[in-house]
Amino acid sequence: MYGRNWSFRITWFRLLMIGFVLIAAAAALYRFVYGLGALTNLSDEWPWGLWIGFDLLCGIALAGGGFSTALVVHVLHKDKYLPIARAALLTSLLGYIIAMVSLFLDIGRWFNFWRPFFYWGFHSVLFEVFWCISLYTTIQVLEFGDIFFEKVKFPALKKILGYMMTPLLILGIILPSLHQSSLGSLYIVAIDKLYPLWWSMLIPFFFVWSAFFLGPAMVTVEGTLAARAYGRDPELPVFQSLTKLTMWMMIIYFIVKMIDLNYRGVFGMAFNGSYESNMFLIEMIVFILLPIFMYAIPSIRTKLWGVVTASLLVVVGVVFNRMNVVFTGMAKSVGGSYFPSIWEFLITIGMWSALALAYLFIVENFSILPKEEHTHSTHTNYGTGFNA
Amino acid sequence: MSKSVLVDITRCIGCRSCMVSCKSWNDLPAMPSEFSNNWDSPGKLSADTWTNVSSYVLEEGEQLKWRFVKRQCMHCNEPACESACFTHSFVKTKEGAVIYKPTELNQDYCVGCRYCMIACPFDVPGFQWDKAFPYVQKCRFCYDRMKEEGLEPACVTACLTGALTYGERDEMLALAQDRMSKDLRYIKHVYGEKEYGGTSWLYISDVPFDQIGFKTEVFNRPVTQKAIPSLTWDVLKWTPYIFVGWGALLTAMRAYTKRRAEVHNEEDLYGPVDPKE
Repeated sequence: MYGRNWSFRITWFRLLMIGFVLIAAAAALYRFVYGLGALTNLSDEWPWGLWIGFDLLCGIALAGGGFSTALVVHVLHKDKYLPIARAALLTSLLGYIIAMVSLFLDIGRWFNFWRPFFYWGFHSVLFEVFWCISLYTTIQVLEFGDIFFEKVKFPALKKILGYMMTPLLILGIILPSLHQSSLGSLYIVAIDKLYPLWWSMLIPFFFVWSAFFLGPAMVTVEGTLAARAYGRDPELPVFQSLTKLTMWMMIIYFIVKMIDLNYRGVFGMAFNGSYESNMFLIEMIVFILLPIFMYAIPSIRTKLWGVVTASLLVVVGVVFNRMNVVFTGMAKSVGGSYFPSIWEFLITIGMWSALALAYLFIVENFSILPKEEHTHSTHTNYGTGFNA
Repeated sequence: MSKSVLVDITRCIGCRSCMVSCKSWNDLPAMPSEFSNNWDSPGKLSADTWTNVSSYVLEEGEQLKWRFVKRQCMHCNEPACESACFTHSFVKTKEGAVIYKPTELNQDYCVGCRYCMIACPFDVPGFQWDKAFPYVQKCRFCYDRMKEEGLEPACVTACLTGALTYGERDEMLALAQDRMSKDLRYIKHVYGEKEYGGTSWLYISDVPFDQIGFKTEVFNRPVTQKAIPSLTWDVLKWTPYIFVGWGALLTAMRAYTKRRAEVHNEEDLYGPVDPKE
């Protein structure tokens, strides 16, 4: 199979996505020339909107599958999870690239983006976020290099990368642990702005913990999608045994959340009937407790639909939580109103289309997904992998 | 030696001379007014309006009370914006002014991330949304006048009624106490003395602060009196220990489990997907 020519099949759906990417690129160009006000609905009351709230915060959180899988597979050496390791790395890398691109679009003086490398503003949470995200993206590119050079033969470079792999893997877990939590710490400054159901000195813990337990769920959803798209068998046994980890981490998350609310004396606010309290209850009941129960019940967990539905709830739940922090929880104190403009949506759609296209291109040209015989597939190409 | 301004709400007549002098000294463009259901114009701070006077009509029995509140950057003793900025584009000078783009050296380091706007507890900084290369803008306590010419801020000079008094912060606090003790109409509270670790701009008033738009309570509890940077630092200071500790733990776990795990040839495990299948 190696040495095969580069290929990228064009379908109507892929053409549509390419169209979205082109629209987004044109809109981004317009934004660079005429400023943020010309295209977005951002204002002094709402300095951060869709791009920071969704593309950056959720993009990074959804990429959490990269570091949780790396921890399980490469540090704890749980080899039964190897089949999903590379796919998780790839999604994570693409997620970070989306986050970096959206950040670059969002910052006003983008040509200054490199300044924080040379200015040690270590008293700022953003400093830690910036350093960790840039370094971790670099590390993921290097980790991916190991896969890249399997196809593009360059033995010398591959050997060097091989030597570097252990420190890279370790750093590739420390750095995301740090910045997933500091993305939460960003909101500590918003002490009297963010609704107390979300503001907490423990918000860094909640962010890193949820990014971690989101990982296996994201891998499950993404693995099922990929299996569907390519007519393969989903890695059901792997998905199922991952649910145990997710479930226990979510139970701990829920308990710590309850203790934290009680400790700060704001537990009652969850039931005061306000918009915020209702959103909080939805977050806790639908997106935390419900998946915990689904994971706990064997007759649901062992079915593909069960594990995928529960995982989807976890994924949507983390997005919901980030949206609550960025929008719901801030709305009352900052005043004014914000709803993203059509262009903010189009640029977001374009970026996620680019991510999907990149994913498709890479799995079709590099060794990311396990060979079919490994998954005990019933396809006719059984065994071809070894001959290739 | 930290400079300060004491704003006496009882003395303000809402003439807005301070707004005019601020615009003219700092060379800021005018803002076209819009119809609104209050007496304020333009009504809020922005990149081009660094100070703004809001009007409040309070009903007290048969009587109507007009009160006017001049707003601008509060110049916190320990500013949240300064701690939030990762390019050090905000500086609290020893004179007490919190200024953006402080020196020749780093005047163009701002990346326009707007985290300062999230951080500010008073929602002061404004962003130049209409510019291709925007800056964040806010009151700079007329640092140029203060520093080079020893002058008071333009707004204080323009004030006709003595609502604004400029001086050392401890003197202004003493003056506030003095006025409050001589006239019982004053609320016994100096706004800015302790809020968010204290601010350089201080307010005294004869009507409760929460009725004239001041943040005294949020989410049914008094506003924070701790300086915001100290809260962030309580979390950030753990970073190096987590880095080293977590790193050591991961390395140890990897070394420990590796011995037991069998070695895989990853090239045999994975393969490209053939979309034509």
